[in-house]
Amino acid sequence: MSTALEHPTYNYKVVRQFAIMTVVWGIVGMLLGVIIAAQLVWPQLNLDLPWTSFGRLRPLHTNAVIFAFGGSALFATSYYVVQRTCQTRLFSDKLAAFTFWGWQAVILAAVITLPLGYTEIKEYAELEWPIDILIAVVWVSYAIVFLMTIKQRRTSHIYVANWFYAAFILTVAVLHIVNSAAIPVTAMFSVSIYSGAIDAMTQWWYGHNAVGFFLTAGFLGMMYYFVPKQAERPVYSYRLSIVHFWALIMVYMWAGPHHLHYTALPDWAQSLGMIMSIILLAPSWGGMINGMMTLSGAWHKLRTDPTLRFLVVALSFYGMSTFEGPMMAVKTVNALSHYTDWTIGHVHAGALGWVAMITIGSMYHLIPRLFGRTEMFSVKLIAVHFWLATIGTVLYIAAMWVNGILQGLMWRAINPDGTLMYTFIEAVEASAPGYLVRLVGGVFWVTGMLIMAYNVFMTVKRSEAARQPIPQTA
Amino acid sequence: MNNLWGDSLSGFWSAWIIVITLGSIVFAFWLLYANRKTDKTPDAEGNVETTGHAADGIEEYDNPLPRWWFQLYVGTVIFSLGYLLLYPGLGNFAGLLGWTQEEQWEEEVARAEERFTPIFAQYQEVPIPELAEDGEAMQVAERIFQNNCAVCHGSNAQGGYGFPDLTDDEWLYGGEPDNIVATLRQGRNGLMPSWQQLGEENIENVTQFVLSLSGEEHDAAQAESGAATYASVCAACHGPDGTGNQALGAPNLTNDSWLYRQPGQPLEEAIRQTLRNGRNGHMPAQAAYIGEERVHLVAAYVYSLRQQD
Repeated sequence: MSTALEHPTYNYKVVRQFAIMTVVWGIVGMLLGVIIAAQLVWPQLNLDLPWTSFGRLRPLHTNAVIFAFGGSALFATSYYVVQRTCQTRLFSDKLAAFTFWGWQAVILAAVITLPLGYTEIKEYAELEWPIDILIAVVWVSYAIVFLMTIKQRRTSHIYVANWFYAAFILTVAVLHIVNSAAIPVTAMFSVSIYSGAIDAMTQWWYGHNAVGFFLTAGFLGMMYYFVPKQAERPVYSYRLSIVHFWALIMVYMWAGPHHLHYTALPDWAQSLGMIMSIILLAPSWGGMINGMMTLSGAWHKLRTDPTLRFLVVALSFYGMSTFEGPMMAVKTVNALSHYTDWTIGHVHAGALGWVAMITIGSMYHLIPRLFGRTEMFSVKLIAVHFWLATIGTVLYIAAMWVNGILQGLMWRAINPDGTLMYTFIEAVEASAPGYLVRLVGGVFWVTGMLIMAYNVFMTVKRSEAARQPIPQTA
Repeated sequence: MNNLWGDSLSGFWSAWIIVITLGSIVFAFWLLYANRKTDKTPDAEGNVETTGHAADGIEEYDNPLPRWWFQLYVGTVIFSLGYLLLYPGLGNFAGLLGWTQEEQWEEEVARAEERFTPIFAQYQEVPIPELAEDGEAMQVAERIFQNNCAVCHGSNAQGGYGFPDLTDDEWLYGGEPDNIVATLRQGRNGLMPSWQQLGEENIENVTQFVLSLSGEEHDAAQAESGAATYASVCAACHGPDGTGNQALGAPNLTNDSWLYRQPGQPLEEAIRQTLRNGRNGHMPAQAAYIGEERVHLVAAYVYSLRQQD
């Protein structure tokens, strides 16, 4: 990349690197999702090899989409937003570069070790202890770069997006270090320092806050910059920002036990997890309202601006899944939904509908600006991507709702003699059509990401071509 | 600390939980209440003026909190406080309803027992061979089988590698009603010791001899050498003629039924592997899970399967 792209004040290099890797890891992570979705339709696709079996590729999929795709997007946008809104360069270029290469090393380590079967068997925290240590080092460096940049800001006020990014960075450091605490046994094997119900509770305190802080607070930071920027409208309510920010970060911390309803976890802990999840509804919706209402007076732009459409639909899915979450945390609902595909549908309403959509919208705003252009190579292709992503998400979550409720009802159906009406395998058979629809939804998504990759490639190429001196013809 | 997760909490931890739970809810509510009003008046478009600061060109209005949102928030807080009053949550305070998940489970089980036990008690009166002819009873029994036994024995009851076929006429522990009931009630542990200490040559000889017992193709010379070892080592359980012993669960080696032969695996390979490494078959005891009445019914179902021959 030519040095002519360098911004006089800001460090755009690390932002560009993370932005490009966001697209790359997005494709890899979602392709892995498509592969394991296909394995659930045609099990022989696991090729009868341990490395390609569902149990090993599934954590690789979740790590790739959450930490590689989502993580790279958060690094890219937070480094961009903190510089733009604090009007100062990143605290340290070297440390920022270390976070890029360190984070890519973590992902590469995941790509190698997870298929080989190395795992701490904690969901979303599978990576073994040496990689955990690298994550901790990279993350603390990230916190230093981000927070020191805020400290050196040339503005009086800290913009709301930065509150969310800061909360996400600090909390994820605490979550990761506490949950991954383990006693190493060999170079690639360790044992958690927690046991029994305490281990489960620690894991879901981590797991739910990975959702709450990594996948929610971080992406709300993204939302608070890119929505008003793309809509060219002021944020709806500063007051609402304050209330929902503090309420969100405080209440999310409590919600983890709702993953352990009707288990060995004591009743009191389950109840607290449930009620805090319900209180979380309004603070979560505060972010949706603030984003949506920012668009008032700019709704007409949706007709012509597919990037803004990505951002708005992301907010809609965010609102939908943050209603669904508290509902599923209610014990009575959870008794039906737990252990079914409904949970997977809920996660993807958040992961595809919210996280991926807001990321893609932000990238379509960000990438041309990073490469010295005002627009992406093709706005039409953004529109195509938008429809592929939206239809893909709807197919995915609708299929999982149907499957989840079907499974929940089949598992509990009994005959007049008290025997179970269906065997487990019958519920699996009944789920097959839903698995096929889900796979189609996933293919829509990967297709959209490939179109995005082409669009990004052409945008970068044109940007470089524009900077070449025009050869004189004889 | 060690009873933090036990039946009840120590006074300190109980108080700690109550304080931080209520403190958090009060904080969440105060946050909302303190920000309920804005002193700015809206303009013609309904928007109030901005806060005055801009970040990279982004301004912020100071609009009031939407009323419906405010009410939703208050509603969830009130619901939660009510829930904590009725259900366990605040440390050792059990809640006014005295609900526990254990009791909920016990009550549901008791209700089910009351409703369904008479159905099965009536079946228990009927002798197994007669019950096996009762179509309706066998339908009920099949459902129990499918949900409890099919995971190992297969939904067609034909078993698989390491899991006996229940539809043939081979019985490790006997196929009479009493044998089947005993197997179901208390489970079985089938142990074939490893005979590695015999040495590879002897293992090969015994393998050839075992092949000869069922008339399979074998090396006659080796089988002859193996016969002596068989007589001194194997015959104790499998009998001098190789027909096995149902009292011990020792399989009959003279027929073509092989419990530990993988699909497509050459028979002599399977036998060699068994001799070298031994086998450990486990049938879990069912009485504690499904109760005596259902054991009786499922025994009749398994008995009916053998009648199919």
